[in-house]
Amino acid sequence: MSRKPYHREVPRVLWFFDHPRYLRYMARELTCLFIGAYTLLLVVGIGRLAEGRAAYEAFLEALKSPLSIVFHVLALGFAVYHSVTWFNLTPKALPVQIGEEFMPDWVIAGAHYAVWVLLSLGILFFAGVF
Amino acid sequence: MAKSNKPLVWGPFAAGGTLTAFLTPVLVLLTLLAALGYAPEALTYERLYVFASHWLVKFTLAVVVFLSLWSAAHRLRIMFYDLGVRADTLVATALYTIAGAGSAAVIAYLARI
Repeated sequence: MSRKPYHREVPRVLWFFDHPRYLRYMARELTCLFIGAYTLLLVVGIGRLAEGRAAYEAFLEALKSPLSIVFHVLALGFAVYHSVTWFNLTPKALPVQIGEEFMPDWVIAGAHYAVWVLLSLGILFFAGVF
Repeated sequence: MAKSNKPLVWGPFAAGGTLTAFLTPVLVLLTLLAALGYAPEALTYERLYVFASHWLVKFTLAVVVFLSLWSAAHRLRIMFYDLGVRADTLVATALYTIAGAGSAAVIAYLARI
């Protein structure tokens, strides 16, 4: 029998508080809860739209509850955080080589940010916000 | 050759991650405006019903919902593992089922519009 038996470390649940880098990772992963919940809310909204005017307008009215407003503000923050982390990774995921050189990271990430801003403004305009 | 379903699971995750990065913030902003009592014109019953009646819009909405739910489910699955839950098959089955059920529901709703 071994004199120094291996003791497997008990996994800690709150390991991500150990280092700011881990915390940022967990914050990024946490965005999925808000994006998932928000998408389910969209599904409910489309369901109410299919049910008819009364159901849909009750849904719009229910959106005005304080809980819904808090959820929306949090969801907006986490959704933007997901976008920023995702776009910042695009130079790693989609490196573009031209001859011997690689396109600079800021060009690839910047192109994504530019499309993001234009698309968002376009949708807001199309929706009649301004 | 070893078979793996990883590309099948990961492909929609990457597609959904990209899609939600571009689209989710502005969608949340639109319904946040509605929640604050400044519902944009496009969210009124008449406008949205006509908009959602077009087959191309229905198709797009179904794809958006599926990819968003799938990528969220996949990330949540990894998060469960990160938090020490080792019942991965159970977690994965439950989460992908929810994503599939949400997508099926939206297709059924869109078919009635």
